[in-house]
Amino acid sequence: MILLDRVTKIYNKDAAPALERVSLHVEPKEFVIIVGASGAGKSTLFKLLTREEKPTSGKIIVGGIDYETLKDKDIPLLRRKIGTVFQDFKLLPNKTVFENIAYALEIAGTSKREIDHTIPKVLDIVGLKGKEKNMPTELSGGERQRVAIARAIVRQPKILIADEPTGNLDPKHAWDIISVLEKINRFGTTVLLTTHNQDIVNKLKRRVITIKDGKVASDQATSGYKSI
Amino acid sequence: MKHKPKTTNHRLTELGRIVKTGCINFVRNPWLAIAAMAMMLVTLTITLFLIIANATFGNTVQQITDKIDISVYLKDSVTESQRSDFIGDIKQIPNVKSVSYLSKDDALEAYKQQNASNTDLLVAISQTDNPLPASIQIKPKDVNNIDAIKNFIEKPENKELQSDETSYSGDRKEAIDKITHATRFMRETAVIGVVIFTIISALIIFNTIQMAIFNRRDEIHIMRLLGANTNYIRGPFVVETMLYGIIAAVASIILVGSLFRLTSSTFEASSLGLLDISYASRYFSKNFWFILTGQTIIGILIGAVSSIIATKRYLKFKAVK
Repeated sequence: MILLDRVTKIYNKDAAPALERVSLHVEPKEFVIIVGASGAGKSTLFKLLTREEKPTSGKIIVGGIDYETLKDKDIPLLRRKIGTVFQDFKLLPNKTVFENIAYALEIAGTSKREIDHTIPKVLDIVGLKGKEKNMPTELSGGERQRVAIARAIVRQPKILIADEPTGNLDPKHAWDIISVLEKINRFGTTVLLTTHNQDIVNKLKRRVITIKDGKVASDQATSGYKSI
Repeated sequence: MKHKPKTTNHRLTELGRIVKTGCINFVRNPWLAIAAMAMMLVTLTITLFLIIANATFGNTVQQITDKIDISVYLKDSVTESQRSDFIGDIKQIPNVKSVSYLSKDDALEAYKQQNASNTDLLVAISQTDNPLPASIQIKPKDVNNIDAIKNFIEKPENKELQSDETSYSGDRKEAIDKITHATRFMRETAVIGVVIFTIISALIIFNTIQMAIFNRRDEIHIMRLLGANTNYIRGPFVVETMLYGIIAAVASIILVGSLFRLTSSTFEASSLGLLDISYASRYFSKNFWFILTGQTIIGILIGAVSSIIATKRYLKFKAVK
């Protein structure tokens, strides 16, 4: 489902690489946690997967799409296939909760009838029923992140990548978000979660890939958080 | 990657969503919209004033140049057939607008009317046989180009028919030449002024819209990350700025129209020397629909082009290896 083969990303030739010869393979329906301290390279990995950045060398294949042969005009199509959740939510400020989620479907040309039929179901999954007409500014941090997750899953992507989705949330809201991600994974979506929250890693008991100084330091099937 | 071909239905749905989103954004960003429209309103109004001022000035220049004609004085011996042949030939000259003939009797009558208050002159002229020559008045189409007429009437065979130099000679020629040079210069300057200010206005409006879109660059970035294509992101911005253009253009016309209405009585009563100010109001009323359509199209175009250019930089896939 996700394959990285000796991926290196260098932003500045005079500095150490952000990622160095990173190889990993994620199977369909897996729930993988990527941990690492700030600056370890987690966000760079995320940006490479969403094709915000290009690798300096190495191969990336996601859902059968080889990024090396991907043209600029095809990037929107790639991004529609992957659900993405960001630490800073990235909600559209001038749109209501409903419109933010609907936007992900509208850009793919989904009919209005289908949008009206799908969104209430997704809002139910993330526990936001009744908030359809609220603007993002009227929501708490946890609620905003749930809108972002609803937007990411509404297209029923095979892959969901979440970059520090709990980074800006208090522990209670953080666990709400993790529960939603687990629920989505149970429905069959591959989830790739980056975090540096030790508590989440320890309680989830999932595969953990540790990144340190841009390299894969460990890759363990079910692991606790190691001091890094 | 394979693209699914878009059906007409799909395209119409997309267009409908773009227009709807543009309208919603317009309503939800009122302060940004008001700031951009205010700037457009000011610049479009000044441009409109300049155009009207230019037309008014042009009208005054036209009134002055319309008074310029060339008088050819005929000898008393010229026969009627010689005269009508001469007039016929003059009419053939391309730059001739009209030709009129003033007989000796008509000239005397005109002279008497002009000097009705000067009894000495009237007495003097009545004691002699009519000394005034018959004349032909030639009105040129373009006063900047009367040399062709002058050359024709000064041909030797035509010169023979004339009793005196034409009115386009000596001091009078110099005065006419000065007026024509001055009017040509003023006309050109006014047109250049309008063009330059229109360009400056377009740049100011472009800059304002660019600032408005700069404020919302994060939105564009989010839309890109979600997988929206270029047209779907850019479209609503274009619709929104086109709405700015339409509203600013219509508001500008209403503003100028109201000003003319409020000040019409003052305009009718006043004049600035030769300048006929009331013509400005007449010009505006006469060309109202043309000005409204033209201004709206300009507003729409400037709005659309500005937002297309301004969004371009935020829509690029900038990733490098």
